[in-house]
Amino acid sequence: MDTYSLLREFADSWALLAMTVFFLGVIVWAFRPGSTRGYRDTANIPFRHENKPACDDDTNGAHIKEART
Amino acid sequence: MWDYAKMVVFGVIAVLAAIAANYARDIAYLVNALTVMLAAAGMFIYTVRTAGNEKTVDTSGYMDGVVRAGVIATALWGVVGFAAGTFIAFQLAFPSLNFEWAQGYANFGRLRPLHTSAVIFAFGGNALIATSFYVVQRTSATRLWGGNAGWFVFWGYQLVIVLAATGYLLGATQSKEYAEPEWYVDLWLTVVWVVYLAVFLGTIIKRKEKHIYVANWFYLAFIVTVAMLHVVNNLSVPVSIFGSKSVQVFAGVQDAMTQWWYGHNAVGFFLTAGFLGMMYYFVPKQAERPVYSYKLSIIHFWALIFLYIWAGPHHLHYTALPDWAGTLGMVFSVILWMPSWGGMINGLMTLSGAWDKLRTDPVIRMMVISIGFYGMSTFEGPMMSIRAVNSLSHYTDWTIGHVHSGALGWNGMITFGALYFLVPKLWNRERLYSLTLVSWHFWLATIGIILYAAAMWVTGIMEGLMWREVDAQGFLVNSFADTVAAKLPMYVVRGTGGLLFIAGALIMCYNLWKTVVSVPAAAEAPDAVPAE
Repeated sequence: MDTYSLLREFADSWALLAMTVFFLGVIVWAFRPGSTRGYRDTANIPFRHENKPACDDDTNGAHIKEART
Repeated sequence: MWDYAKMVVFGVIAVLAAIAANYARDIAYLVNALTVMLAAAGMFIYTVRTAGNEKTVDTSGYMDGVVRAGVIATALWGVVGFAAGTFIAFQLAFPSLNFEWAQGYANFGRLRPLHTSAVIFAFGGNALIATSFYVVQRTSATRLWGGNAGWFVFWGYQLVIVLAATGYLLGATQSKEYAEPEWYVDLWLTVVWVVYLAVFLGTIIKRKEKHIYVANWFYLAFIVTVAMLHVVNNLSVPVSIFGSKSVQVFAGVQDAMTQWWYGHNAVGFFLTAGFLGMMYYFVPKQAERPVYSYKLSIIHFWALIFLYIWAGPHHLHYTALPDWAGTLGMVFSVILWMPSWGGMINGLMTLSGAWDKLRTDPVIRMMVISIGFYGMSTFEGPMMSIRAVNSLSHYTDWTIGHVHSGALGWNGMITFGALYFLVPKLWNRERLYSLTLVSWHFWLATIGIILYAAAMWVTGIMEGLMWREVDAQGFLVNSFADTVAAKLPMYVVRGTGGLLFIAGALIMCYNLWKTVVSVPAAAEAPDAVPAE
């Protein structure tokens, strides 16, 4: 089998399946139980460090109270 | 020691460029080599004069100097690109504007790539680089990685723009739409882009926030994908190392497919993903509320990434490209409508509960209309990709109208909104100089876009119908020149729309300038503004 046909065969089968499964997995992952609270924190990232970087010991913004409610 | 290394590098580059200019086989290569020589020599002198100086850069704050430079470059290149576009619009309406004395340099064929590259890569590219550097620092809560590498990206990119623009006027082109620059400019852009990726990724890696904010996902997708597209589409062999001409590695329909795989994903990842990164930061900031649905933004991201890359073949309906490839591109284009509108809804609904701001804040109005134009052009695009619609719309001005409702409406307006947000922050001013002028800009630009898009719809569908009109015997009714003559009124309207749009951009430049020079500093100075 020449290279084109070989790659085409692979693209039409396993590669397609892998990408579809990955994509569906992302959707399931986004809606996993308990994700809402984490995402609420992530969505507030733009409101935290407007003027200066975080301090060195501050490696996780999760403990900071939400910038707005 | 580092200074001496830099002097050696700049000196060698200047000498090599001088040698290249001496052996140059065409005028474009000669001028480009001289440009490189002057740039390298200038940097050499600058390095010599500042060598050994105590360099005290406060690295505790954000690196905003390069963002400020990017904001200025965005505004200036924007005006240049809009002016070139308005001029060539009138060249089409009044061919005598292709002046006899400038034949071969300033006629439509030479100025058109200058316009497209100036607006997409100079205006849009600088906006993307500047805002990505601003956003990635704020959302990672850390200073830009790589020190002066950020400045290298900025100045290296300006050099790409200058080399490409002068090259176009003097005849250096690969004849690939949106990828016109010749081989040596492509190589230089690759170097700049890899450093850009390193700076952006380095900043993300040393972030102080646990999660990577969604805007950075979009920016990163834009940087990575554009690198891949750029390298593959520009595979070419130069005819001579001392000449600008190169020959493409791909040929025939493979070359066409590679070009439109590149071309459509330049739209998808440069003009869409990158600007969505802007949307996901600046709209929440200006509305002062977090994005409507973070889950939707994740699905928006992955759906867009997975689908866009397949849509390119819809540019090649009714060509030598196999039908199955065209159908694939068409189907994915139509599916793409969904994530596009998901993103639009996410952007618009961020204002839910704050809709009153639309009345009081012209900057948020600008952002909202840009998202509106995003929704309109991402509906129009899939529709035009359907083979039956494409048989009418392709090769007509409808395509140009579609591109401009996306570029002027979506990319232009969101960039203007971001500039209005950034300038008071970056120069530490308490507010913009004048909100009335922002309103003027908003209405001039909006009316300009509507004139442009409406004129192109009318003329595009008209010429599509005229081209296919046959009489009872099956002969074509209209000659090509008939359609050109019939289009004149719409061309004048289109040019007028361009004049309104550039008038708005000039008002913006004045407003931003006055903001910097005459608005008092913000009452509470932000801590630790880096001294750069």
